[in-house]
Amino acid sequence: MKLFKALLSIAVTLVLIWALQTKFGDIPPISEFLNPVSGFWQNAESKNFKPEEYLHLEGLQGKVTIRFDEHRIPHIFAENDHDLYYAQGYLTARDRLWEMDIQTRSAAGRLSEIVGPKALDLDRYHRRMGMTYGAENTLKGFMKDPMMKMVIEAYTEGVNSYIHHLKKRDYPIEFKLLGYAPEEWKPINCAYLLKLMSETLAGGSSQFAMTNDLKRFGAKDVNDLFPDYPFHEDPIIPVGTKWDFKPLPIPKPSKDFIALMTDTIKPRERVPGIGSNNWAIAGNKSASGYPILANDPHLNLTFPSIWYQLQMTSPTVNVYGVSLPGAPCIVIGYNQKISWGVTNVDADVLDWYQVKFKDNSKNEYWYNNKWNKTGKRIEVINVLGQKPVYDTVIYTHHGPVVYDNVSQKPKEGHENIPVGDALRWIAHDESDEFMTFYLLNRGKNYDDYRKALTYFTAPAQNFIFASNDKDIAITPNGKIPLKFRDQGKFIMDGSDPANDWQGWIPYDQNPTVKNPPRGFVSSANQSSTDQTYPYYINWRFELYDRGKRINDKLKVMQNATIDSMRLMQMDNYSMRAQDVLPAMLRYIDTSKLHADQLKVFQIVKKWDKHFAANSVGASIFNAWWLKFNDLVWDEFRDDKMLLNVPSFDRTEKLLLTEPNSKWFDLKGTPTKETCADIVNQAFTSSVDNLLKNLGQPGEKWEWGNVKETHINHLANLPGFGTGQFYTGGTGAVINALRGGNGPSWRMVVQMGPQVKGYGVFPGGESGNPGSYYYEDMFATWRDGKLNELLFLQSPDEKSNRIRSTLTLSSK
Amino acid sequence: MLFLIILILSFISSFFLPWWAAAAIAFLTAWVIGKTSGKTFWSGFGAIFVLWVILALIKSIPNDNILASRVIQLFPLPHQWILLLLITALIGGLVGGLAALSGVLAKKAFSK
Repeated sequence: MKLFKALLSIAVTLVLIWALQTKFGDIPPISEFLNPVSGFWQNAESKNFKPEEYLHLEGLQGKVTIRFDEHRIPHIFAENDHDLYYAQGYLTARDRLWEMDIQTRSAAGRLSEIVGPKALDLDRYHRRMGMTYGAENTLKGFMKDPMMKMVIEAYTEGVNSYIHHLKKRDYPIEFKLLGYAPEEWKPINCAYLLKLMSETLAGGSSQFAMTNDLKRFGAKDVNDLFPDYPFHEDPIIPVGTKWDFKPLPIPKPSKDFIALMTDTIKPRERVPGIGSNNWAIAGNKSASGYPILANDPHLNLTFPSIWYQLQMTSPTVNVYGVSLPGAPCIVIGYNQKISWGVTNVDADVLDWYQVKFKDNSKNEYWYNNKWNKTGKRIEVINVLGQKPVYDTVIYTHHGPVVYDNVSQKPKEGHENIPVGDALRWIAHDESDEFMTFYLLNRGKNYDDYRKALTYFTAPAQNFIFASNDKDIAITPNGKIPLKFRDQGKFIMDGSDPANDWQGWIPYDQNPTVKNPPRGFVSSANQSSTDQTYPYYINWRFELYDRGKRINDKLKVMQNATIDSMRLMQMDNYSMRAQDVLPAMLRYIDTSKLHADQLKVFQIVKKWDKHFAANSVGASIFNAWWLKFNDLVWDEFRDDKMLLNVPSFDRTEKLLLTEPNSKWFDLKGTPTKETCADIVNQAFTSSVDNLLKNLGQPGEKWEWGNVKETHINHLANLPGFGTGQFYTGGTGAVINALRGGNGPSWRMVVQMGPQVKGYGVFPGGESGNPGSYYYEDMFATWRDGKLNELLFLQSPDEKSNRIRSTLTLSSK
Repeated sequence: MLFLIILILSFISSFFLPWWAAAAIAFLTAWVIGKTSGKTFWSGFGAIFVLWVILALIKSIPNDNILASRVIQLFPLPHQWILLLLITALIGGLVGGLAALSGVLAKKAFSK
């Protein structure tokens, strides 16, 4: 009996300990997470740091001094470049290890390893899109270049040096929550980060939907509704800029072939409104006489922040700015001589090709009038708690056949397997993008800037530039395929060599402008050039609204200061409202409105066209415009078929110049509607909806309350993000803050003998939710302010902003 | 006495051994000096309960409980970080108590 009791008690104890240490479904091992010996309590950081810290690390060649300012931004002083990138890797890992892990893991299609089969679709998508294939190619490019090899390897060494000394209790909290351990960093992870950027900025496509449009509406309507140049435009390179080069011959269009529609590929939809702003003004427009440069890249906002801020100094460089956690060098920033920034170009660098296979074995495909061998790449996806999944991806000379419906849609049971489409994507090519940043970090003048750009492949960016020589410039730049007009607007015939990319636009013929007479350069993802540029880059770009507003403001600006630029970055003025609201108001027949609708009409009529947080007019206009757009393009709503809806620019043209267009007629009604009918109907219907949901116009109607702005944790953990906050801005205004997307880094740099930088990002340097530096810059960012950036000239420079010093030396 | 010994030994072990070492310590200590089952259970329970409260607070107080206040929001509970401390300590206490009880019962079973 005694023995039984003892054994029972021991058994219960052991089972309890086992249960507490085991992961059940999504619930982390309870005790692993909660125990204060090694669990999450250990991640609670004190606000007090040791003012002096010394560490001995393997692999360093000299001494590295790192000074931390009041935001815990590191200022690295290294004796050589190896140690500089080593320290960057080490410090980034110390602050952002989980972010680095999860982002590269996601890009590499390896999420299933840690969360199980629910991530399998996403992993398979990334593998089949060729993210791994592309990263491997890119890595080859890096490693061919001895300089980049050194940089990547030193960075990797630094990251691993941190990981190797990590005890379980020091793991970032997300590892404890998900129940896995950090793994060795590999050079290819740096390439994965670039692939991720390409996926975000140049990985969407509308060819499939466009091809469906073509089948549904015919070429005449599609050409009319999806023109190659927008109605409203104010291009990046000023209209009339002369092209001082002899262009290469443009390839001949292939036989007009429209690929058969398949309902099987589901490429990621192009997300509208992804974009960024940058501009630089010449010295004659600034108060100091030197140029000022501003940049705010818009991305999905997350905690930990997308960017990691730091200053990097060695005998060859002294640069300040933001880096991508997991990649060496500063991506956007400045040094003593130059400053630079980027926005997305939106070049068409992703195309789909219809492939004709000989038979179901798919070993051969038809191309150039003969059968050609396909390649096969087996992707092994390890899955937590299950056997690995083997996924075979077929490659043609274009690239991977992304959709293989046998494995993707078994439940549909298609008898005749439709032919998949092959993907040609710039992100698959060998490249050496970090070299661009390496050179820009060290750049001294315009020539250095131009040289640096020739190394950049993808995603193509509008590189803006300002220097102490008082030069300003902008260049939509990347490796851009040489195409015939509209090549890749629709799915193409993969058997015709004429549809292949026929080479590249030479780098020195990418659109560029230096010191234009208007005294400023700018970009906001709109068309790169006017219609005289000899090459085809894409048929559509982002809407002109932000770019136009920026240009309008800069045209009249004089004696500009840092603060004028800061205020411009926060500008909420809606160019769309300026363009369309007067016409929409004119159409309204007020005699048909009821009292509440009339009240709302008066508000929007008096609205100042700013999407300010406290603006009620903004909420009304926004709902009205969206409803109008919905009603106009009702023909494009189809549950069974993916269709591309014409752009807002096209809607604007319709509203302003084609009041009797057939598109105003609603499908489901016997009457024939005109523009006036639709404008009125959109108004009453959207206003009634607002009245129903929000009551009488008042605080609830304020734009800051209507639009849902928030910043979430990368894993969407409740309590780890900001929650919803009250703010202005929207997609098509300079302050493009909407939902969880917006200015991920705002920077303004005043050039001059003493360069002065200002900047802020929404979050903090630390990725640890238990740190005081997890979101310490958020409020500054939300309130539209900038921090003065501390740009030290030597490790011993006195500054009352320095809080602590870390000294690294070799073992 | 039992309470204090388990508390002190587990505290020391927490610096270099995993959390479940506390269970082994409670078990062995109870085997050596444990007397009645009830008292031993509560000594083990109390020791680890108190230890985990102390260990958690050593980290959480200088942190102004920022992290605990975030983490509690992951649980379907009121957003009071103190609840998280309570859950943590109860789990530790339960393991400590059961391990100590097992220790004393095992002694009784094998000591004749």
